[in-house]
Amino acid sequence: MIRLDYEIIADIIEPGSRVLDLGCGDGELLSMLKMKKNCRGTGIEISPEQIFRCMERGVSVAQGNIDSDLDVYENKRFDYVILNESLQQVLNIEKVLNDSLRVGKKVIVGIPNFCNLRARLQISFMGQVPVTKSLPYKWYNTPNLRFLSLKDFRDFCTEKKIHIEKSWYLCEGRKVVLLTGLFADSGIFVLRRE
Amino acid sequence: MRNKGRQGKLSANNMTIVETQHFSLDQAHLKSGEKLGPLSVAYETYGQLNAARSNAILVFHAFTGDAHAAGYHQGDAKPGWWDAMIGPGKAFDTDKYFIICSNVLGSCKGTTGPDSIDPRTNKPFGLTFPVITIEDMVDVQKALVDHLGITKLLSCAGGSMGGMQAVTWAVKYPQYIHSAIVIAACHRHTAQQIAFHEVGRQAVMSDVAWNNGDYYGKALPARGLAVARMIGHITYMSWVSMEQKFGRKLLDKQKLGYDFSKDFEVQSYLEYRGQSFVERFDANSYLYLTKAMDYFNLAEGRKVSEIFKGVTSDFLVISFTSDWLYPSSQSQEMVRALQAEDADVSYVEIESDYGHDAFLVEFDDQTRAISHYIAKVGRERAGLA
Repeated sequence: MIRLDYEIIADIIEPGSRVLDLGCGDGELLSMLKMKKNCRGTGIEISPEQIFRCMERGVSVAQGNIDSDLDVYENKRFDYVILNESLQQVLNIEKVLNDSLRVGKKVIVGIPNFCNLRARLQISFMGQVPVTKSLPYKWYNTPNLRFLSLKDFRDFCTEKKIHIEKSWYLCEGRKVVLLTGLFADSGIFVLRRE
Repeated sequence: MRNKGRQGKLSANNMTIVETQHFSLDQAHLKSGEKLGPLSVAYETYGQLNAARSNAILVFHAFTGDAHAAGYHQGDAKPGWWDAMIGPGKAFDTDKYFIICSNVLGSCKGTTGPDSIDPRTNKPFGLTFPVITIEDMVDVQKALVDHLGITKLLSCAGGSMGGMQAVTWAVKYPQYIHSAIVIAACHRHTAQQIAFHEVGRQAVMSDVAWNNGDYYGKALPARGLAVARMIGHITYMSWVSMEQKFGRKLLDKQKLGYDFSKDFEVQSYLEYRGQSFVERFDANSYLYLTKAMDYFNLAEGRKVSEIFKGVTSDFLVISFTSDWLYPSSQSQEMVRALQAEDADVSYVEIESDYGHDAFLVEFDDQTRAISHYIAKVGRERAGLA
């Protein structure tokens, strides 16, 4: 079973595109883009273990920190820069997004919705920081640095004059169209500079 | 290939028996402007060259290494220096690839160096041997690869000074390689790296037996070379690996001696390393090879990013967390410059306590990265299955 977010991202990207995957994890998405879309892709990843997995898949990947390592790339080097499930783990959100929009013609961002219905119920009725299927970490072991809702992200884009070209809302492997702020556990956005 | 049948033979106890071979080169044009020749180059090969001659990998040894990278010489108990990495099913898989390793120019392990006989005088060169560079070593290797009938290497790979050769191949002969694997290396020697080498050279040259390099057939500058090697060994290890291996352990005594005899195990280890080095390495080669590394600077006044303009190969760069002699920051500098030049570069910093020695110790992680990397390059660039 292919993850729905990977499927959506692969559908967005045109065949033969040049792709930079920031926080590429084990390289599954890059490997898929390479095989299905004939993309020339490369990843940046912070964990050596994940890098070895990328290499096992035959994916090109460099260990690095996306907070600081994007300066080397020239403007619009990539057709797409992907930040899937990684932006919330970044320290300097604005710099990383600006860098991404500079080196990529378009940027695909996938983020979890920290304010979905289940999370809201847990906060309101149990008085606990939410732990759900899509937000599996506890407060003391989460790698996430930023906790945001899908609305927060859209507002941020409006404020920073980043154009959201398209968006998808997902919940447990299905697309959500109604009351997305409540029912979606994650969102995928295609961004470009206005 | 020419060597078919001479390699990959199994001995009675199932060990791969290999032989060092020799290639003659009429002349090398050195970077200094001098010419040197005729030259003899010691090399070994492992595995079989395929019909398309597309599966060859050139492996480079580090400072004091030799052409004997893998397998066993007849009668030897110990295998080559990277045997854990080169062989059937290993990182450099001899079932699939044809591996070549040659001794570098200026060394004393079979390739022409300062201890070789100068045909003009019938005496060892000594200090009349010209100063050589990493680029000169690579030029000699290029001649060997041509001689073997290989027009494009699948990869070239090495650690430390071997990594400097790999990156030099990528810059100097981009059209002759598909990929370069650069381990625990740099694109230029830094002040600290030069400084350590200078102390080593001063140790050799202040030994009266060194005699301006003219000691062949006489007493060797053994003390000077041993001290130089001791310094080297300190830089190859890490704070942690020395602490774990020796700590403050005393040497065959219960309490401190309050004199200048050896108290600590680390002292005796360095002494042993120094002594055994003297038996296997030539003092003048020590001077020439350290000088070659100190001269190494691919930038040569340009910005780092400009070094890699025109490279066409892919790259795998590996560094080790505790390596302070060739620190990760130097590898990262190369990686960034390669990224800026739009090269296909993969990079991993392997977690290790072994310091610079890690590339001769951390086989599992290196194998994991290198074996898949070579397979990828073979698939995507050389049409290998």
